[in-house]
Amino acid sequence: MIQLDHVSKIFIGSEREHTALADINLTIEDGDIFGIIGESGAGKSTLVRCINLLERPSSGRILIDGNDITKLSGKGLLALRRDIGMIFQNFSLFQQRTVLQNVTFPLELTRTPKAQAEERARELLKLVGLANLAESYPSQLSGGQQQRVAIARALANSPKVMLCDEATSALDTMTTHAILNLLRDINRELGVTIILITHSMNVAEAVCNRIAVIDGGTIVEQGETKAVFANPQAPITRALLGVEGSMASGIAAEAAAFVAQESASAESSLAESSIAEPGKSTATEADAAAGSHTEGAGE
Amino acid sequence: MGDFFAQYGGLLAQGTWDSVLMTLGATLFAYILGIPIGVAVVVTDKDGLHPNPAVNMVLGWVVNIGRSIPFIILLVAIIPFTRLIVGTSLGIKGALVPLVIASAPFVGRMVEQSLKEVDPGLVEAAQSFGASNWQIIYKVLLKESLPSLIRGVAITCIAVFGYTAMAGTVGAGGLGDIAIRYGYQRYQTDIMIATIIISIVLVQLIQSTGDFAARKLDKRNR
Repeated sequence: MIQLDHVSKIFIGSEREHTALADINLTIEDGDIFGIIGESGAGKSTLVRCINLLERPSSGRILIDGNDITKLSGKGLLALRRDIGMIFQNFSLFQQRTVLQNVTFPLELTRTPKAQAEERARELLKLVGLANLAESYPSQLSGGQQQRVAIARALANSPKVMLCDEATSALDTMTTHAILNLLRDINRELGVTIILITHSMNVAEAVCNRIAVIDGGTIVEQGETKAVFANPQAPITRALLGVEGSMASGIAAEAAAFVAQESASAESSLAESSIAEPGKSTATEADAAAGSHTEGAGE
Repeated sequence: MGDFFAQYGGLLAQGTWDSVLMTLGATLFAYILGIPIGVAVVVTDKDGLHPNPAVNMVLGWVVNIGRSIPFIILLVAIIPFTRLIVGTSLGIKGALVPLVIASAPFVGRMVEQSLKEVDPGLVEAAQSFGASNWQIIYKVLLKESLPSLIRGVAITCIAVFGYTAMAGTVGAGGLGDIAIRYGYQRYQTDIMIATIIISIVLVQLIQSTGDFAARKLDKRNR
């Protein structure tokens, strides 16, 4: 269980202070798929980076299974991070390493014998459906394939928790679904707790059991995904859902512009042609569910 | 033509060999000093792995001072130091000391530039997997910037080759020495032209070798 207890993060710049997170309280249960939803700049990236201490909270406690991780430093901190996998919007694969070497990277850090590390990496590549691309380099792969490699890499140390920072934002709709299905499979079959950050309500609705909506560094709403979607309370949630056409024109316009920009960049930079099949029995069912949801909200 | 080579071929070959030795030797030692300097500058930067403004500032000064002294002045100014280190200020040995001192700061800057080209997202990813700062330095920063570092080696080699010609004027030998003594002081235009042609060929060779190696090693854009 992960608990955030009155967590705040203040960035001190040369001219002024910026409060990225203000008094965040959250509880994430083991085995959950938890979504943190918000616009860019809302603080969601900072929030997720506090969980593996890539950012240190300015105040408050973060408890993982009851232990306050904010007290960790040095070797304890490195050990904590090995138990938490992470994937990124731009995949962040090592360009000068093969796919296999990318996946063995976390194992190299702990001096795992090479043969053992490679065996583990091949297993994981099979799990994400890329067994045949082990010797390729990331630049030879499509965006969806690169994110699969990143997922395999994040799983190398058999983490209990996986953080996903806008993991599907650079991908087209089809690939997004395939990646979300894969994440759901991993959650189900390996029992990995998934914390997923996104600005897209479609993504949240497709996979998250629970969500928290963050705006201006504060959590404005949280609960079961279905409940929040059925009865959104906060104005920002309604805006993100597109419930109120006339509301706070500023925010709505901003959100629309952001979405347009995102999809434009996704189209131009990542022409996703082939999507590797997840090869899982649950995939078809998940696909159908994700597909039907996306039609409605229309990104 | 045959006469020319019979008479000066040995001299030019020896000069070329001396120039190549000085260039490669000085570049090697300059990298031994320059890589730690470049890495330290990047690591202690305010956005670096281990920010340390004081160390960063001092390193910046050292590099800038090193780079601001014209080589021909450095060459003669540190003759006593050169004698102290290698026992002579003449020949290849005597030239190596000023060449290394002049090029190490240059290498430091080249390495710094290469490392700063590495996507900060990769450093963050490595951190998220529990990599220590040392692991990030050699497994991420140096490894990911390898093609760029290799291009830097070619540029450094060419700059050092230019310096060796100046070193030639104060007794280091090599092509610069030959060009000055024969081409300039004795008005032997043919020798002057020969040294220029050899220099052009050498520089081309260094550059294309560097480009080839960098391309071969770069796994992006395949």
